[in-house]
Amino acid sequence: MNSHVEVRGLNVVAGGTSIVADVGFSIPRGGVLALIGESGSGKTTIAMALMGYARLGCRIAGGTVRVGDKDVLSLDEDGLAALRGDRVSYIAQSAAASFNPSRRIMDQVVEPAVNHGRMDRKAAEAKAVALFRSLALPDPDSIGERYPHQLSGGQLQRLMAAMALITGPELVILDEPTTALDVTTQIEVLRAFKQAVREQGATAVYVSHDLAVVAQMADAIVVLNKGRVRENGAAVQVLQQPQDEYTRTLMAAARPERVAVEGPGAVRAPLLEIKGLNAGYGATPILRDINLTIARGATLGVIGESGSGKSTLARVIAGMLPPSSGSVSFDGVRLPPALSMRNKEQCRRIQLVFQNADTALNPAHSVGDIIGRPLAFYHGLKGAAAVRRVAELLDLIKLPASLAGRACGGLSGGQKQRINLARALAAKPDLIMCDEVTSALDTVVGAAILDLLAELKRELGLAYLFISHDIATVRAIADDIMVLYAGTQVETGRRQGYDAVARHPYTDLLIGSVPELRPGWLEEQGARPVPPAIRQPKDGADLCRFLPRCSWRVSGTCDQFTPPRRPTPGGNTILCHRPEGASEGAS
Amino acid sequence: MMNATRTWVKALPFSGRVGLSLVLLWLFLAVFGPLLAPYDPGAFVAHDVFAGFTAAHPLGSDYLGRDVLSRLLSGARYSVGLALAAALVASTTGTALALITAVSPRWVDEGISRFVDTLISIPSKILSLVLVAVVGSSLPLLLLVASITYFPGAFRIARSLAVNLAQMDYVQVARCRGEGAVYIALREILPNMIHPMLADFGLRFVFIVLLLSGLSFLGLGVQPPDADLGSLVRENISGLGEAAPAILVPAIAIATLTVGVNLLIDSLPGRGRRMAGKE
Repeated sequence: MNSHVEVRGLNVVAGGTSIVADVGFSIPRGGVLALIGESGSGKTTIAMALMGYARLGCRIAGGTVRVGDKDVLSLDEDGLAALRGDRVSYIAQSAAASFNPSRRIMDQVVEPAVNHGRMDRKAAEAKAVALFRSLALPDPDSIGERYPHQLSGGQLQRLMAAMALITGPELVILDEPTTALDVTTQIEVLRAFKQAVREQGATAVYVSHDLAVVAQMADAIVVLNKGRVRENGAAVQVLQQPQDEYTRTLMAAARPERVAVEGPGAVRAPLLEIKGLNAGYGATPILRDINLTIARGATLGVIGESGSGKSTLARVIAGMLPPSSGSVSFDGVRLPPALSMRNKEQCRRIQLVFQNADTALNPAHSVGDIIGRPLAFYHGLKGAAAVRRVAELLDLIKLPASLAGRACGGLSGGQKQRINLARALAAKPDLIMCDEVTSALDTVVGAAILDLLAELKRELGLAYLFISHDIATVRAIADDIMVLYAGTQVETGRRQGYDAVARHPYTDLLIGSVPELRPGWLEEQGARPVPPAIRQPKDGADLCRFLPRCSWRVSGTCDQFTPPRRPTPGGNTILCHRPEGASEGAS
Repeated sequence: MMNATRTWVKALPFSGRVGLSLVLLWLFLAVFGPLLAPYDPGAFVAHDVFAGFTAAHPLGSDYLGRDVLSRLLSGARYSVGLALAAALVASTTGTALALITAVSPRWVDEGISRFVDTLISIPSKILSLVLVAVVGSSLPLLLLVASITYFPGAFRIARSLAVNLAQMDYVQVARCRGEGAVYIALREILPNMIHPMLADFGLRFVFIVLLLSGLSFLGLGVQPPDADLGSLVRENISGLGEAAPAILVPAIAIATLTVGVNLLIDSLPGRGRRMAGKE
């Protein structure tokens, strides 16, 4: 056999429950295998078992794991210690949590090589700098002198790859390494990973829930569901001709289809209208000059990366954060800025649904209490009438009415998110603000929530402000889309307007960074062009905030003047000096 | 209800059950002890002082020839009752103030917190001694002293819990809904901090038993002819050289009471969370 890593009949049990059952696969030397599945499918458990490790409470109950000529599961503690971090290395999901904040990067990166006696400190540092360079990190010679808090999430993730590769391991395990990153960062990290792993000639196991990412990285794919292998085959075959029903479900959920009917155009009177809004925390400004309208029954999608001010916008509209200037009008009436000045009716008509249902539902209350409270509070419903209405609402979100007596502790993530939504619906609002409501859910569950939202909109005529970092999700539900970058509204327009070529350079980057569901996409993208040289930005001028990253910036214009709002041929409004945005054309 | 209690007891670990038995025993003795006492606790009934274990006096006699068992049964009332009342006052005050700080504007929080910090910075034992020495010992004063000494600790723990809970998304949702401060404090925050606070209440009870026993040992606690467990130890201190039961038994009594409460509360918090899930 020429396989390098081989797993046969692997069983892992937690207490009396089998969480991984009879899993087997093999990887040729230098191959990349992806383990893909939803949360709870056992993908991380299998990845850990490759290092002979079972998490607390779990036990490897049977099977063999062979890496090279070593039978991993028969090794004793000393043998495993020599293996881990040396022959087999691991890259975790959150690099920010994996680095020790009190030590310099270089001390941590060279540690595996020095501890395992691979090389002395000097040689290890030279190797580390070479790895930094091949991972396309900025300032490879001096970045090791910094502390973890001085670096971004994407940089830390690449540094963690350097730490994993420094011993020249035979097998590298990447456990959801880009899941916590913004999509524009993810593409760079993926490219760096792919190149570095190939240069090392290492065999790799890539754990992920994202099919599109896996398509870029893997030669072979193992699809897992509930601890069992559903499908195992070459990447191209699994992606293009999936044999298994479950794989097809995953593929369908990975790229949500348009779920919503078209909302009404701008002809109707606006329900929510925001003009010239500025807001911030203390002296730190976050949102700058936001203008938007949502018509009754329409959906506005707000998209941007983490820290772009998406959630802050929802907080301002809800009244939790009074804006420093500008106005928020609802149904033609200007809303008081602070929550304490709004009346019950104004609170009722705008409801906010949080991203994380685990923290948004009070663990001390039952499902019936949670949904019943807005009924009692806004509508004075009590006793049998309230019980009946709770049952109706549970039916509306497609949960059994018997759930009303349960606490939310034992429910699944998708059920909790539905209850989170039902609480908002109980108020009979006109506008629901959904803050990343599908982000914490598995793709299949998230797609079901999107369907539900679209159905509710159709039946109840609700308007949504739908916040997400994922452009595919926003396109599936929104009528209008607004792109936020660093608190400025860089592009606004109808959903269709985003199909046009002329768009804001940031929008272009955002859309272009979403991996497509086919192998080879990453190679086609090529490296991003280096931004053209500009002059020293003019002091005190209110310049475009995307300027430092923009590949289309114009020296003498972008670095001197405040960008104007202008229409594009596609009908959108962009905040840019170039009317054609990120497309070739006479400037 | 009986069934629920039985499953609850069954789910306790062994140490928890031992603790529960000890606590129940002491509660029983505190309530019914005086009725069970074979002799009048103040009467000189034995022929000998510091007598050993005999059939007539199962726990021996004290330095004046009084029956130790009877004195112990009558004294449990003071130690358990007083400490229970003081712990209740301390924990309730602390929790209530903490809830107020969590839902009030910042200046209220600052005001209350700094006031409590001031109280904490006064050495508690010295404060108790001074108060008792100045005003003279009485049951209400002992209650007050123990409560003042121990409520700042309860407040600090409750406040850190409440302030964290007040940032939770479900509290933000309630705020957005337009709920009042009282609803948020009592319905959204309090149920999620009640279990840690119960554990804290148990600890505080133990501390107060020890404080009161200590004060009594110094002669500043419960005054003769009444006696709590601490004063029983003090009275019979001269029997220490003879290893008289009169000094050993009350000391062991204090130990079983505090150890029992500790064992019980140590096995509680995990239970509390699971119970909350079932309710």
